[in-house]
Amino acid sequence: MTTTWLERRRSRIDDLAGGRSLGAEAFRRLCREPAAIIGAIIIAVFVVVAAFAPWIAPHSATEAFPQLQENLRPGSIPGPQEGFPLGSDQLGRDFLSRMILASQQTLLVGVFATLIGLAVGVVIGTIAGAFGGWVDTLLMRITDVLLAIPSLLLAISVAALAASPSQTTVIIAVAIVSVPIFARLLRGSMLAQRNSDYVVAATALGVKRPAVVLRHMLPNAIGPVIVQATLTLATAILDAAALSFLGLGDADPGRAEWGLMLAQAQTYLDVRPALAFYPALAIIAVALGFTLLGESLREAIDPKGRR
Amino acid sequence: MLRFVVRRLLQVIPTLLLLSIVVFAWLRSLPGGPASAFLGDRATPENIAELNRVLGLDQPLWVQYGRFLGRVATGDFGTSSITGQPVLEEIGRALPATIELSIAALVIAVALGIPLGYLAARHRGRPLDVITVIGTLVGVAVPVFFLGYVLKDVFAVDLGWFPPSGRQSVAVNATQVTGFAVLDGILTREWDASLDALHHLVLPSLALATIPLAVIVRITRASVLDVLGSDFVRTANSKGLAPSTVRGRHVLRNALLPVSTTIGLQVGLLLAGAVLTERVFVWGGVGTLLADAITLRDYPRLQAVLLLGALIYVLVNLLVDLSYAIIDPRVRLS
Repeated sequence: MTTTWLERRRSRIDDLAGGRSLGAEAFRRLCREPAAIIGAIIIAVFVVVAAFAPWIAPHSATEAFPQLQENLRPGSIPGPQEGFPLGSDQLGRDFLSRMILASQQTLLVGVFATLIGLAVGVVIGTIAGAFGGWVDTLLMRITDVLLAIPSLLLAISVAALAASPSQTTVIIAVAIVSVPIFARLLRGSMLAQRNSDYVVAATALGVKRPAVVLRHMLPNAIGPVIVQATLTLATAILDAAALSFLGLGDADPGRAEWGLMLAQAQTYLDVRPALAFYPALAIIAVALGFTLLGESLREAIDPKGRR
Repeated sequence: MLRFVVRRLLQVIPTLLLLSIVVFAWLRSLPGGPASAFLGDRATPENIAELNRVLGLDQPLWVQYGRFLGRVATGDFGTSSITGQPVLEEIGRALPATIELSIAALVIAVALGIPLGYLAARHRGRPLDVITVIGTLVGVAVPVFFLGYVLKDVFAVDLGWFPPSGRQSVAVNATQVTGFAVLDGILTREWDASLDALHHLVLPSLALATIPLAVIVRITRASVLDVLGSDFVRTANSKGLAPSTVRGRHVLRNALLPVSTTIGLQVGLLLAGAVLTERVFVWGGVGTLLADAITLRDYPRLQAVLLLGALIYVLVNLLVDLSYAIIDPRVRLS
């Protein structure tokens, strides 16, 4: 079999490039990392359960059942029985259904808190990193102040602002904590791009400044921020649980959310520890999943790890 | 050195000023303002206007802020709306409990974290390392208050090895000197009081230590791995220095530099974790004050605890930066 000169040249160039882009290289490394695979599986299970929760859950999250309620008295909460595999909660509702449906609310809190924090942080970081100078100094001073407050204390002070706590206040409180982290990270990453050759080249070719910033610098600088967002998903869910524990969570007793359920179950720890254990295990598993994936991502995109 | 200290101290001031503006604005933005918060159910428009005049709330905002700053600078944070006592005195009484708990947790985290991280790095990829890394990942994922309840339930309620709550048994009748229970026992030579206080400290400080412990292990491990691969360690090894000398004077010394910075950052985690841990173990420190203030919406107390918490955090990290500059001369140049 003869090869043409063109094929030979092509294959030589392909060899030079290693045949893979930076992103593909990182993805390949990620797939070889057991931690990343375990993390991804946990998250996938969590998301699938949340997506199909109404069809998986045997009952509703808010309906109280007479057969459970009649055995409900101080010091005794009915355990597993026919039709109710995990037994009753403190109000005579099906615990299993509440656990399944709660995955939606927990995912909602984590994702929205992270997305809001990410969006605001990216705007601040882009402006600071793109302009530099006094704009940068001013914005970074403000984020420094936010960083100077221990994160949970900051979340507490924001959540305590609201006249009546709700899921929205929890999401906003948890989101604000992550804003300075995202902003600083992106700013640092943007500043590193400012004097790189491709930016100078784009500017020299007459590309307008907003286009240079948004189309050239931002896509190259966003990597570490996305990694941080994965890790933030874990801390957001944990912080939301802590706020619920302190009485700053949603006041609606019908709301099924793991953090909220865990906080409410502390009162019934002697009576039925399972009410605390299942939500706690669910939170630990999900937080672990996002942390595993996030840490593996961080290592995968780190150029030092290239082989 | 002195110039470095002065420059860093000057950098703290704008941060704290901005923070005070945030806290000030925060209290102004309360629904109905502070007057209706103070008056509660008795709030009528006339009452509110009267109180606003008395409190100086009808003045321009910048005048109000100036006064607020003046009062805060002289240590007047107002009185708690729960107890009616000056907030600063309350915090002063509760602070030793929280500091004692945080120091105990930090000691556990450092004493276990650095050796564990070092061993994990030395045995990279082997079972000890894998177990340690998994442990740190799980440790960060467990909600602190849940861990506190589990420890309390297993070791205090079921096994009865440790007291479930409080700082000291009433039975030991300890003399109060500084407010630090362990230290008081040593000062007054009431050894049983010290031991009793330590006994009470075990579970809460273990619960509080988990997250800082996990962080310190991971930073130590990463840092030791970094140093182990460096040229000067290879040189030290190849010129025939004893392995123990290389480990102690070359590897550990350089690897601990980044760890010392991390320890300063842990103070923030400890302050926040204390709020949760103290609630589980009915500890009676600043965290308990804050938790009560949240439940009962005691704004003067909330404001004072948050401002002081941030102040402590900033100052501790300043101290860490300073000590860092002493350990590592390169820092001063940059």
